Amino acid sequence: MTVALCVTAIVAIALLFEISQPYLDRRLDRRRARREARRHGAPAAYDPGRERRAEQRARELLKSCVNEEDWAMYRDLGFLRVWGGQTGLPADAARDLRGVPYAYLVYPHKPIVAYLPQTGQLLNEYCVEFPDETRPYGSARLPDSDDVLAKWMALKGDERRLISEANLHLPGRQVDPKQVQRDLWRLGRWERERLEQAARAGDPAPPPARHDNPGA
Amino acid sequence: MKFLRMRPGYGEQLIAEGDVEVAEDEERLVEEFRRQLDHGMWAAVPITSAAGRREAEMVRSFEDIPRTTDRVIFFPRAAGGAA
Repeated sequence: MTVALCVTAIVAIALLFEISQPYLDRRLDRRRARREARRHGAPAAYDPGRERRAEQRARELLKSCVNEEDWAMYRDLGFLRVWGGQTGLPADAARDLRGVPYAYLVYPHKPIVAYLPQTGQLLNEYCVEFPDETRPYGSARLPDSDDVLAKWMALKGDERRLISEANLHLPGRQVDPKQVQRDLWRLGRWERERLEQAARAGDPAPPPARHDNPGA
Repeated sequence: MKFLRMRPGYGEQLIAEGDVEVAEDEERLVEEFRRQLDHGMWAAVPITSAAGRREAEMVRSFEDIPRTTDRVIFFPRAAGGAA
């Protein structure tokens, strides 16, 4: 009886192996092909889920590094304002501005736009990227929020170095000046609303901006 | 101290972690720091100013990293874009 059961089990296993072998072969072939493609530098297939997860992680990192009002600004408006002059501009630009406060608008994967907050005058576009040439999934592009955080850290930490690496253009080369003016107006309105909310809540916290915004 | 690296398709990746007060860990962190800079990365440390504002400091050598910092963020070096 035991021998009969053993023989039946062996036959069943052999039959199962026979049936599943083509499926296993196909899977092995696909895996080999993917490995081969990676070895030859072929980009992995675009995966929207992976990109979304990466962006989510990048947003968390950005939130943990910037000030609360900066994070709220990015979350609500889609860009950051960074005040200039913290670590010194290149000499030419500094001479031209003669001590007038200036600021940057930092957009994801767009040039940094320098402007004068008191008048709203656009100064320059600084085209700068942070390409990761290891291209883990075929693209050298960081997630949007990582790109913004990299610009924020570089401007805060070494403005001169970042600006000297960038390609300098007149305003309007890549970012529509009307869009920037609209964003400055939105920023002014956003700041007013935050101040009003803080006043209503009896929050003694000082306004976040260092200088008046033209849209305010 | 944690070393984080921004990467396309990932967000940040933890690339090293250790206690700078432990000599073995510190040595490993120094090596990893140099390796990242050799690969063309920039390194930044998020800091909080005396006024309580969050700022960032770019660091070019391991000695520049404040001992009390809990993370160093590496990102690809800037390059002029869309000329």
